Amino acid sequence: MDRSILLAAVCASALVVASAASAKTLVFCSEGSPENFYPGVNTTGTSFDGNEPIYNRIVEFERGGTQVVPGLAEKWTISPDGTTYTFNLRKGVKWHSTSKSFKPTRDFNADDVIFSIERQWKEDNPYFKVTSPNHSYFGDMGMPKLLKSVEKVDDYTIKVTLNQPEAPFLADLAMPFAAIQSKEYADAMLKAGTPEKIDQDPIGTGPFYLVQYQKDAVIRYKAFPAFWGGKAKIDDLVYAITPDASVRWAKLQKGECDVMPYPNPADIETIKKDPNVTVLEQPGLNVGYLAFQTQKKPFDDVRVRKAISMAIDKKAIIDAVYLSTGIAAKNPIPPSMWSYNDDVKDDPYDPAAAKKLLADAGFPNGFETDLWAMPVQRPYNPNAKRIAELMQADLAKIGVKAEIKSFEWGEYRKRLQAGEHQMGMFGWTGDNGDPDNFLHTLLGCDSAQSAGSNIAKFCYKPFDDLVVKAKTVSDQAERAKLYAQAQVIFKEQAPWFTIAHAVQLKPINKRVVDFKLSPFGRHNFYGVDVRE
Amino acid sequence: MLRFALTRLSLVVPTFIGITLLVFVLIRLIPGDPIETMAGEHGIDPARLAQLRAEYGLDQPVLVQYGLYLSRMAHGDLGRSIATHEPVISEFRTLFPATIELSVCAILFAVCLGLPAGIIAAVRRNSIFDHGVMGLSLTGYSMPIFWWGLLLILLFSVQLGWTPVSGRIAVQYFIEPVTGFLLIDALLDGDFGAFRSALSHLVLPMIVLGTVPLAVIARMTRSAMLEVLGEDYIRTARAKGLPRFRVIAIHALRNALIPVVTVIGLQVGVLFTGAILTETIFSWPGVGKWLIEGINRRDYPVLQGGTLLIGAIVMIVNLLVDVTYGLINPRIRYTR
Repeated sequence: MDRSILLAAVCASALVVASAASAKTLVFCSEGSPENFYPGVNTTGTSFDGNEPIYNRIVEFERGGTQVVPGLAEKWTISPDGTTYTFNLRKGVKWHSTSKSFKPTRDFNADDVIFSIERQWKEDNPYFKVTSPNHSYFGDMGMPKLLKSVEKVDDYTIKVTLNQPEAPFLADLAMPFAAIQSKEYADAMLKAGTPEKIDQDPIGTGPFYLVQYQKDAVIRYKAFPAFWGGKAKIDDLVYAITPDASVRWAKLQKGECDVMPYPNPADIETIKKDPNVTVLEQPGLNVGYLAFQTQKKPFDDVRVRKAISMAIDKKAIIDAVYLSTGIAAKNPIPPSMWSYNDDVKDDPYDPAAAKKLLADAGFPNGFETDLWAMPVQRPYNPNAKRIAELMQADLAKIGVKAEIKSFEWGEYRKRLQAGEHQMGMFGWTGDNGDPDNFLHTLLGCDSAQSAGSNIAKFCYKPFDDLVVKAKTVSDQAERAKLYAQAQVIFKEQAPWFTIAHAVQLKPINKRVVDFKLSPFGRHNFYGVDVRE
Repeated sequence: MLRFALTRLSLVVPTFIGITLLVFVLIRLIPGDPIETMAGEHGIDPARLAQLRAEYGLDQPVLVQYGLYLSRMAHGDLGRSIATHEPVISEFRTLFPATIELSVCAILFAVCLGLPAGIIAAVRRNSIFDHGVMGLSLTGYSMPIFWWGLLLILLFSVQLGWTPVSGRIAVQYFIEPVTGFLLIDALLDGDFGAFRSALSHLVLPMIVLGTVPLAVIARMTRSAMLEVLGEDYIRTARAKGLPRFRVIAIHALRNALIPVVTVIGLQVGVLFTGAILTETIFSWPGVGKWLIEGINRRDYPVLQGGTLLIGAIVMIVNLLVDVTYGLINPRIRYTR
């Protein structure tokens, strides 16, 4: 008897040891802590990364791309007028049952989708103000104005009606803010008087469930065996929060982490020489630019804008400031985005021609202007002040005296959007992978009004007609043609001097298999494996 | 003694109110608005901005905001972080043990090395050891924390592989926080592997954070000892034929300790300042890093609450230092 107990104990211990030894763990050296576990109010990529393993959306971006693919909705139909979307939801999708205060009793259904949208949309929803009333992205993507109704047809069908056709709508729903939370959990927590629990001790339908979060230290996830897409290849996912880039690199070198974001540009050459590390790279969905205030003299004259564009040595800026982390931009959208028009020719660097053009515009001796530079480093611009100095020197050669100006970041953006500048540096990181998010949001007449995102205040009818029309067409090939034409007009009208697209560099340990760079700069570890 | 402690305590109250006012005004003098800072490139619709400012009470006149802040504080409510929406006090409670663990180890490291080094340097004045200690302490004092931290990581972690690069514990250990002090929690859990891992993670940040206090303590001990060693009573003690060790350890050191203890007390403030950088380099989840993020995000409640709590702790430590004087030197009277 004793012997059999002993044998059982030995076997059990052996099993535990074996399972522990065979558990595949991937460590991601993330750069910071998430704001919380509710993507609806998150504003940073760091927070979206922290929530990515837990939640799904009804549609998703394909892994490593910007195409929209089915998520919690298996399929959908769009009405011919482009205003009604009917989504058929997936059946048998399980919720994580890991919350300390709640155990789900039912699968995911239409109620959860409606709850997740209404929580951000309707101010009378009891969850509207829970955690925060600031549903930034829901507002930024124009949802309050766009949505007319969201109705439950049956448990697995929902119908969304829009006030007007909006081709990027599907892509908007694939963004992190549209994560689906459990209505059953929300109701239970509301009843218990602790509604904020659903954002602190989250459950989702995603490939990993949250095991532990220690602020500024670590986030631990485990693969969810009942995930509707099949269990993840790795068993444990750990985010080791490491804010300093040099330290992240040291940890990667020592094998203390497998994937690191945002390396120091100066370290790249050394990193590339490490035999255990691969550096993945891809131009990000971003653009850094210098906008001309086209409603102010002398920048209301296209010849002046062209002259300035030809007077600045773009290559010198990229070599000196971006190093290996940027590529020259000629279009307002990045090359990785569908509809990118590679036939567009960039304005050449030609100070003599620029001077002549300036003389034709009535400024043979140049003029005085301002040149605004951001006070902070941004993903698309590592050092705006240094770039401004290089531009200032180039412009001096054609007689243009540019005075560099800067303000505190919030103030800077507000003043630019109010159009107080003459020339101002700014940039953009794509939200939903749709060209509309650049061409209409940043250059359309709608956003050229005061406080709008079109800081060039560029409102040119032939361009605007194209980008507005592209919003109403559902066929992507047809939209791509419209956007390609819009890019040609953009270059002719030169409301911006396009500087660069920052390149996303991701050093990963060679034992990591099938990690795909997200054009959005996000980190998704479902489908990723590690070699033993 | 009790009267002295009470008198000192009564001084703490106006200082505390002074801190609240200073912090409140200073952070509002930094350009930038918390809501606008969060908005990024998207900007924010003026109507929504006004709505959110009202939500956080930022639309009120500054004096009203201050009054509300004081009244909430009196009820123990330090508000919620604008970025994470968590109560400031609970974030502080989660992060503070890590800072304390690091700071206590750093100060122990500084005292354990600095005190003997200073004593020996004083006793062997003008010897090679003395010059060496003084030279090294000057170098340590001048060392920028960021550079020093990275240098140690490159040497001990990357090149020699003796210590982990950063963090508080290796990822394979899963310790549920009980006290928040990882060394204690690992022992409570009975996991000695985790304890060893936590200890090895502590070594480099402890050295980096302890370097400046170590230098200051060594120099202060040396000069205080030199002064005391020249006193008549030391000569008398020696003349009486007391053993050298007894003269130095009992007669000289005890009297030399007063300025040293003062300096150690003052180092608590220095430690919190140093912790901000040390925690960032070593990914140490403490309050220093939290406050830096608070500044970047203009997270007023975090900055107000965090600074206030740290200020309170520094004041308490200084109070304890004052009380300690009496234990070291009975000549100090507290009655007047």
